Amino acid sequence: MTVLDVRDLQTHFFTDTGVVKAVDGVSFSLGEGEVLGLVGESGSGKSVTGFSILRLVDPPGRVVGGQINFRGQDLATLSARDMRSLRGNRIAMIFQDPMMTLNPVLRIETQMVEAVRAHDRVSHAAARDRAIQALSKVGIPSPEERLAAYPHQFSGGMRQRVAIAIALLNGPDLIVADEPTTALDVTIQSQILAEVQELARDTGTALIWITHDLAVVAGLADKICVMYAGRIVETGPTDAVLTAPGHPYTEGLLGSIPGHGRRGERLTQIPGMAPNMARLPLGCAFAPRCARASDICRTAAPEITDIGPGRALRCYHPAPMAEGVA
Amino acid sequence: MLVFLLRRLAQSVFVLIAMMIVVFFGVFMIGNPVDILISPDATPLEIEETMARFGFDQPVHVQFLKFVGNALQGDLGRSFVHGESAVSLILSYMPATLELALLGLIFSVAIGVPLGVYAGYKADRWQGRTIMTGSIFGFSLPNFWVGMLLILIFAVELRWLPSTGRGDTVEVLGLRLSIFTADGFQHMILPALTLALYKASLVTRLARAGTQEALMQDYVKFARAKGLSETRILVVHVLKNIMIPIITVLGLELGSMIAFAVVTETVFAWPGMGKLLIDSILTLDRPVIVAYLMLTVIIFIVINLIVDVVYTLLDPRVRVKGDAA
Ligand SMILES: Nc1ncnc2c1ncn2[C@@H]1O[C@H](COP(=O)(O)OP(=O)(O)O)[C@@H](O)[C@H]1O
Ligand code: SF4
Ligand SMILES: [Mg+2]
Repeated sequence: MTVLDVRDLQTHFFTDTGVVKAVDGVSFSLGEGEVLGLVGESGSGKSVTGFSILRLVDPPGRVVGGQINFRGQDLATLSARDMRSLRGNRIAMIFQDPMMTLNPVLRIETQMVEAVRAHDRVSHAAARDRAIQALSKVGIPSPEERLAAYPHQFSGGMRQRVAIAIALLNGPDLIVADEPTTALDVTIQSQILAEVQELARDTGTALIWITHDLAVVAGLADKICVMYAGRIVETGPTDAVLTAPGHPYTEGLLGSIPGHGRRGERLTQIPGMAPNMARLPLGCAFAPRCARASDICRTAAPEITDIGPGRALRCYHPAPMAEGVA
Repeated sequence: MLVFLLRRLAQSVFVLIAMMIVVFFGVFMIGNPVDILISPDATPLEIEETMARFGFDQPVHVQFLKFVGNALQGDLGRSFVHGESAVSLILSYMPATLELALLGLIFSVAIGVPLGVYAGYKADRWQGRTIMTGSIFGFSLPNFWVGMLLILIFAVELRWLPSTGRGDTVEVLGLRLSIFTADGFQHMILPALTLALYKASLVTRLARAGTQEALMQDYVKFARAKGLSETRILVVHVLKNIMIPIITVLGLELGSMIAFAVVTETVFAWPGMGKLLIDSILTLDRPVIVAYLMLTVIIFIVINLIVDVVYTLLDPRVRVKGDAA
């Protein structure tokens, strides 16, 4: 069953220097227990997409178009009150920097109990029990004692586990995880990755895992959306995208992962820099960095085109392998 | 922590010595106390005797050394007017000033924090702008003017509150206080409000700046992602964070509140240290003036020390160290 269906989402920032189309026509959908990997370089609009789903985009940003259908209701038009009752309850979010997401002057207990009681009329003791369960689920030793601690008494990895426990508190249908392991070291990163994957599988929670690192979602996601300059440039089942990338940008991302490059090839970096979102080129936003760019790429932006079951591409000259699928 | 405290203590001693020099020589310049000590028709012999008794015939540096020597023993001279030890005279006026300053401080927090948090929350709206404009008045209106305005409105026109004196007092822990009697408390409201106005503006600005900054932090966004109400975010998450700097600043301001209660006490005929100072200046009661200035410096120093300690206690990040899991 579909949990989330985003259609043509547009989130723009109205800055002094002009309108930044941080998210420009993004669509994807996600079923129960499914994991979607949202991949792209920094600045491509991944976080803004995540915040748009929770309607937490700060001014000067605003969702200006599209639908965010969550279990049949459009979040884009939901009242502020109804939206609040969904947040942290049916839809939870985990942020990138665990050092900043917990309030430094409040005990873990306060921060967890309030998250339960914002949605459920339960006693403090009952909420506390739920907090203890959630903490032990994410592997925090002696959770009962740790409740009395302040965030600074935890390491970065432990803080992120606390944040994940908070996200799990009310058994949400959807969790948006915005690069939750990026700030952590590699061992802890893979531990947390494995745990979250297991939790999502056990509870049937749908998961949007945002990352700039294709390798992270390779073993985790059912399907992948590759974002570039506010748009999805390639999407499809994880295996298909990883084995036969169609978009030059996806190829570039794959080429920069150790072990994923094709036989005998050296690791490659995508040349050039992420585009200035306030001043995008006329045609394909990737054209200035693309080896296959032709004249048409520089004059008109390509449309997203289906090329197979669940697969779509936004490119005039996709890799031959992907075309074969169509 | 201990090293830090010792260093602060050493600094304080230097400040104290410097103040002694400034105060003594400064006050020495302000007129001849003999004029008020001796009746105009005294004989030259009587004048000389009095001068000798108070030591005014000695050279300045001898007088100063004697002053320092006595000061070290807690003796800052006798009041020319009241005849009693200057220090104990001031101490007997101190409870009135302390309770007034304390209530003023409470008022300034009670007024400033909610206004400031709201102004920070609505920073770009008319509500926020109005509050900020209002706080400019709080900064710039002179104390005596505000005091008289309050008297005019609440005492003369509306007749809601008394405007002079301390009202009923009650002895608590050996101190005569107004704050614990209904009548006394009513007497305190107007002067405390007058005293609070400037600080309330300061607190408003601090709270606004703190709120604006806190609202941009990830933990606020995360709190919103948890589905908390805006009220809870402001009252719990934001307030708890901004109270640390506010309490620090207010603690430091308590000293100036006590020291500068002078004008307010005069307007409201509040028998505190400030009023005593004004009276002493008018009568050239040199020991009382000197003792007042010295005591004020000591109060400042002690308050600063306390604030430093309280600050470390308040902030859990400073309080507990080195036990990250
Ligand atoms: N507060 C803001 N003001 C203006 N532009 C913003 C703001 N936040 C984000 N953007 C724009 O949105 C783009 C996407 O940001 P973001 O979603 O955070 O990228 P990422 O993919 O790294 O998560 C940025 O490149 C920037 O141009
Ligand atoms: S459309 Fe052209 S420029 Fe854009 S990615 Fe495809 S080939 Fe490159
Ligand atoms: Mg991001």
